[in-house]
Amino acid sequence: MTTKPLTLAEKVWNDHLVAKGENGTPDLLYIDLHLVHEVTSPQAFDGLRLAGRPVRRPDLTIATEDHNTPTWDIDKPIADPTSRTQIEALRNNAKEFGIRIHSLGDAEQGIVHVVGPQLGLTMPGITVVCGDSHTSTHGAFGALAMGIGTSEVEHVLATQTLPLKKFKTMAINVEGTLRPGVTAKDIILAVIAKIGTGGGQGYVLEYRGSAIRSLSMEARMTICNMSIEAGARAGMVAPDQITFDYLKGRPHAPEGADWDAAVEYWKTLPTDEGAKFDAEVFLDANTLDPFVTWGTNPGQGVSLLDSVPNPEDISDPNEKAAAERALEYMDLKPGTKMKDIRVDTVFLGSCTNSRIEDLRAAAAVIQGKQKADGLRFMVVPGSARVRLQAESEGLDKIFKDFGAEWRFAGCSMCLGMNPDQLAPGERAASTSNRNFEGRQGKGARTHLVSPLVAAATAIRGTLSSPADLASPADLLEGQAN
Amino acid sequence: MEKFEIFTGVAVPLRRSNVDTDQILPAGYLKRRTKPGFEDALFSAWRNDPEFVLNQEPYKHGQVLVAGPDFGTGSSREHAVWALRDYGFKAVFASKFADIFRGNSGKQGLVTGVITEEDTEKLWAAIEANPGSSITVNLVEQTASIGDLVVHFEIDEYTKWRLLEGLDDIGLTLRDEQAITDFEAKRGAWMPKTLPARN
Repeated sequence: MTTKPLTLAEKVWNDHLVAKGENGTPDLLYIDLHLVHEVTSPQAFDGLRLAGRPVRRPDLTIATEDHNTPTWDIDKPIADPTSRTQIEALRNNAKEFGIRIHSLGDAEQGIVHVVGPQLGLTMPGITVVCGDSHTSTHGAFGALAMGIGTSEVEHVLATQTLPLKKFKTMAINVEGTLRPGVTAKDIILAVIAKIGTGGGQGYVLEYRGSAIRSLSMEARMTICNMSIEAGARAGMVAPDQITFDYLKGRPHAPEGADWDAAVEYWKTLPTDEGAKFDAEVFLDANTLDPFVTWGTNPGQGVSLLDSVPNPEDISDPNEKAAAERALEYMDLKPGTKMKDIRVDTVFLGSCTNSRIEDLRAAAAVIQGKQKADGLRFMVVPGSARVRLQAESEGLDKIFKDFGAEWRFAGCSMCLGMNPDQLAPGERAASTSNRNFEGRQGKGARTHLVSPLVAAATAIRGTLSSPADLASPADLLEGQAN
Repeated sequence: MEKFEIFTGVAVPLRRSNVDTDQILPAGYLKRRTKPGFEDALFSAWRNDPEFVLNQEPYKHGQVLVAGPDFGTGSSREHAVWALRDYGFKAVFASKFADIFRGNSGKQGLVTGVITEEDTEKLWAAIEANPGSSITVNLVEQTASIGDLVVHFEIDEYTKWRLLEGLDDIGLTLRDEQAITDFEAKRGAWMPKTLPARN
């Protein structure tokens, strides 16, 4: 008897079935890890209190503060009273329900999607949820990781399970070798431009192919992070030796016989030969350029070498109207070369690109260079731990000497829930994940870029890649996110 | 959750695609710790524009939204659903919805019906031909109708059943309590645990 070949996503799904749905009801899946932050949880804890329900598994739950936290003066009381009370609510809820929390000032505080992997809590083959759409980040380990709403947060707190409708599977095949200066961020921006912001709806994406296999864990996290920008419920990469090496020795990674048992299981997870995906997409890594967005959704992106597109050339009436609206909001004219677009601010941070490799890559580009006149460069490490690591390597000094603001960890300007916002009309090159209208401040204009493009842009003042810098020595070899 | 069968209310044409949840509810409003009370947050940036559809009589009193494709993309914030509901909306129709938004809606009693792009155009035309016209949403029959125009909408059977019955998800799941406990007994020893903390 032969067993049906399965995809990675199907294996993880099957191994978490608590109850199989019948007659159109969803399957009930067990949740191995629940990450909690201050924004999407208060109403969930209120719900538990009202119903008199406890948190079923505090030992599978962890909380941190990230969306509202200031990135300056973190030793002082939080100035914004609504931000302060929301964070206090999380602290009180964590205490009342017995949940581990890493608060501002703690070495493990930071963006929830940076904290989970760095503690070794995110592992291959587990299910991860969080009341945050960028939970897809954790799929880089071969975990099934999904963003959920507040009702579902309450549901997981109460039951450690979620009723879920089965997803379809989509293979994103990226073959070839990235050229110097082209990174994981460019891959995912190109994928989203190709399949659109709704292209992944109903799917779990699996990123495959030689270009993906050669990426570091942090680069894989960058890619999986933005799966949601293609509308996908999750994105995954099969675990391999790079995954195991990254995990080994982290605080919560298994040890001894448990480690051996885990690795043995993890090695069974990659998609079987002959398994069928419901859809397949192909991208050539060899010919990829640095990618940047021109519009107000992450699918509105082009090669940095291209120009702002003309809506007249777009045949789909909805997309054409969206492009016209986006150009008006972004104050851009069709045909303008992307490299001629001048920015006011560069933001290096967010759950997409704030890990140590991102900071190293950007620091290598700016070292010994002059920042563009009048440009603001904000560097926000993803976690307090990343900040400490960067300081131990002297990266903070490189950023400060360059004239950048070296800040404390949090979501910061990615969504501007704290004071880190752009002024109306201001334009930013941002390593974050969303260029929506008003996302980084009312009337603010966002171009999504990689850390390398962010760094080169901070030097030249216009959207640039390291290849545009004067000396050939600036061309970076190797991989960065 | 309240039961939903048939509802009649004022229809609003939102002629935009890719309406992301940052537009439905900007991040500044995420700091609130309670619900309800999010009606002022709904489309708050767009509502600064006097031309915006919800600033027009009679659309101001809208209860059923007909929008372009890819509605509810982006952030998982359920607050976007609360804002629509608190404003008075009972149903949203579009040719495509983002998955998380759609899931959140089903848990909060907001009907999200998938209609074809052609039917979207027909509904927009019918509403604009007679602003303030009532639309009837029949969840049992899965139809939305304005006068003689009747369009069919798609919604998954399970969400439909829960909306018709007004059922609470957690209560439904806890009927499987024994299965959850049995599953927990079989989990691998290497599985991650947050407690005790090992930093």
